[in-house]
Amino acid sequence: MSYTTETADQVSSIAGEKYKYGFVTDIETELAPMGLNEDIIRFISAKKDEPDWMLQWRLRAYERWLTMEEPEWAKVEYPEIDFQDAYYYAAPKSQKDGPQSLDEVDPELLRTYEKLGIPLHEQQMLAGVAVDAVFDSVSVATTFRKELAKAGVIFCPISEAVKDYPELVQKYLGSVVPYSDNFYATLNSAVFTDGSFVYIPKGVRCPMELSTYFRINQANTGQFERTLIIADEGSYVSYLEGCTAPQRDENQLHAAVVELVLMDDAEIKYSTVQNWYPGDADGKGGIYNFVTKRAACRGRNSKVSWTQVETGSAVTWKYPSCILQGDNSVGEFYSVAITNNLQQADTGTKMIHIGENTSSTIIAKGISAGRSQSTYRGLVRMQPGAKGGRNYTQCDSLLIGDKCGAHTVPYIENRNRTAQIEHEATTAKISEDQLFYCSQRGLTDEEALSMIVNGFCKQVLQELPMEFAVEAQKLVGISLEGSVG
Amino acid sequence: MTNMLEIKDLHAEVGGTEILKGLSLTIGEGEVHAIMGPNGAGKSTLSYVLSGRDGYEVTSGSITYRGQDLFELAIEERAAAGIFLGFQYPVELPGVSSTTFLKTALNAVLRQRGEDELDAVQFMKRLRVHTKSLNISDDMLRRGVNVGFSGGEKKRNEILQMALLEPYLAVLDETDSGLDIDALKVVADGVNALRGPTRSMLVITHYQRLLDYIVPDFVHVLAHGRIARTGGKELALELEEKGYGEFADAPHGSEAA
Ligand SMILES: Nc1ncnc2c1ncn2[C@@H]1O[C@H](COP(=O)(O)OP(=O)(O)O)[C@@H](O)[C@H]1O
Ligand SMILES: [Mg+2]
Repeated sequence: MSYTTETADQVSSIAGEKYKYGFVTDIETELAPMGLNEDIIRFISAKKDEPDWMLQWRLRAYERWLTMEEPEWAKVEYPEIDFQDAYYYAAPKSQKDGPQSLDEVDPELLRTYEKLGIPLHEQQMLAGVAVDAVFDSVSVATTFRKELAKAGVIFCPISEAVKDYPELVQKYLGSVVPYSDNFYATLNSAVFTDGSFVYIPKGVRCPMELSTYFRINQANTGQFERTLIIADEGSYVSYLEGCTAPQRDENQLHAAVVELVLMDDAEIKYSTVQNWYPGDADGKGGIYNFVTKRAACRGRNSKVSWTQVETGSAVTWKYPSCILQGDNSVGEFYSVAITNNLQQADTGTKMIHIGENTSSTIIAKGISAGRSQSTYRGLVRMQPGAKGGRNYTQCDSLLIGDKCGAHTVPYIENRNRTAQIEHEATTAKISEDQLFYCSQRGLTDEEALSMIVNGFCKQVLQELPMEFAVEAQKLVGISLEGSVG
Repeated sequence: MTNMLEIKDLHAEVGGTEILKGLSLTIGEGEVHAIMGPNGAGKSTLSYVLSGRDGYEVTSGSITYRGQDLFELAIEERAAAGIFLGFQYPVELPGVSSTTFLKTALNAVLRQRGEDELDAVQFMKRLRVHTKSLNISDDMLRRGVNVGFSGGEKKRNEILQMALLEPYLAVLDETDSGLDIDALKVVADGVNALRGPTRSMLVITHYQRLLDYIVPDFVHVLAHGRIARTGGKELALELEEKGYGEFADAPHGSEAA
């Protein structure tokens, strides 16, 4: 059945007469019509063959979203987004539509891959080059699935989980980030198209690091991903998100939601390397990355660790948070945010201490170059019950050149006298002296910058899984290209 | 035989002020030359011009290094071509461990010279040879480059870099400043160990003391932007005795400073 007829059938069977008109011409293009309304949401839900409860949830989110205002408190500036001037559903591109070989891929993009040392077959996958079925990675992905299934781990696209594991999804989806949470999360709840679902059963240590990377060939990651990870009692998983390659995208807005749920003694390590298209040197184009990530440490002794390396996007608005509800639970946030040219990043975390003896650590490193602006914004809150709660926060900013800005905005709320909160902040600048010293020892300015900035970020980068850390180090250098000299 | 370095009638400005005013100097292969002179004479300026630092603008004259026009090379290319500058004030690089820095620098230079880069094991082997004789502790190697180093540690670290990079021309700018006599001996031993028939050195110092340990073939006095006098090592002793008084006034025929 061709794509067009399949879609038309589904739409008419689920939505009835009403939709016949709206979609007839547009579906030819494999896009839902432009704009956002209830019909579009029904279209998405139908396209994904979702059960009714999922559609209803989306519709409730949409209704709520209509009443909400875009947040304006972040230190970022961008032209007003016209939410009606966007497509909310684009069918996964068929292999025929994608580039047929690397010759058809932007050479600039390939140059970056090369610098990152990404092997050729992976370059093809990342660039969306049609890969045939006997291709290595496909069998690799299948092997992973088998091994995971043996351990009882569920790792699949969330659209599949909605159908295959409805009890789990219904129970936990929106339980950490409710559909009414904030403007972008609510929008995501209404229109999310895909993302990952992970369930680690009791007592299971996930036998491998899970990565969205392994799903790249199955689905083009959408602009509104939704990820849900549930770590049951005594389980452990390390999850890697985002490939370390730029993903060019004409569409501007990327609003993802990530929810993590941790039971007693569970541990999740969530690592992100974000390198969306940052726009050009004049600030034209680029992704608006408005992301809501939150972990609920529900169980005693549970531990969540967010590590992020943010180098891409024109505007980043992102605060991976930890709700430390279980006694003795631990939250960690390790962040590197690099902005160059006209990029803006407003990022940080929230540590909400609810249970007794909960502890949190925040290490945030901001690097600003060009005419960019970088803000650390973080909240540490000790609730009245957070007896013996502890937080240590360290925010370091590094400036390259004198046209950029770095800002630190810590919010500290302590409602328990036995809790301790420590905050340290530093700002430094890369000097001409330092660059000259390095050049005199044989390094180019770019090599020197990369070395100095990597040194500055070491504390965070060492939290990344090994293979990721190596790529992240190279990425740090690449993202600062052209910022001196 | 080509000379290591030929500086001819060099004029250079810093921030619009002419500092070097017709300096000429020739250094042969394997020779050690000392440059002495009062503070502010332009000694460090000369070292920066040789290494190509931004802001040190050559207005006329020429520098030929191993038969090549030096001005055609960028800073890092000069480093790779074998020019090493031991800094008067070594720069701190917080967060960058000395080991990482040394390895990155050595590999950058090897790469530009068309030689194979060293892996971690090969590098550590080579490093060990020098850290021992220069009395450089593992702790120092782990710390950020020059961060929290004492004066002596900083200067030993400079000599360590020189030993690793194996330059043809080493310019050592006041390597003796801020060192007590024991530290001075360690540094001087390190430098002397690197003397050889194909390596030349330009040792900049304000005091004669260093030259008791690093015995130069020639001593020059830099004053008013030129080489005002040249002699053997006995010139250093004479200066020690008389001071720089005779060079304090503008020499005949030059414009007032
Ligand atoms: N960045 C600068 N801008 C302006 N003048 C400078 C600068 N650096 C050095 N100078 C001047 O150049 C002269 C020579 O300085 P320098 O080479 O450091 O002397 P020395 O090393 O012999 O003590 C001094 O008069 C000093 O004030
Ligand atoms: Mg000086």
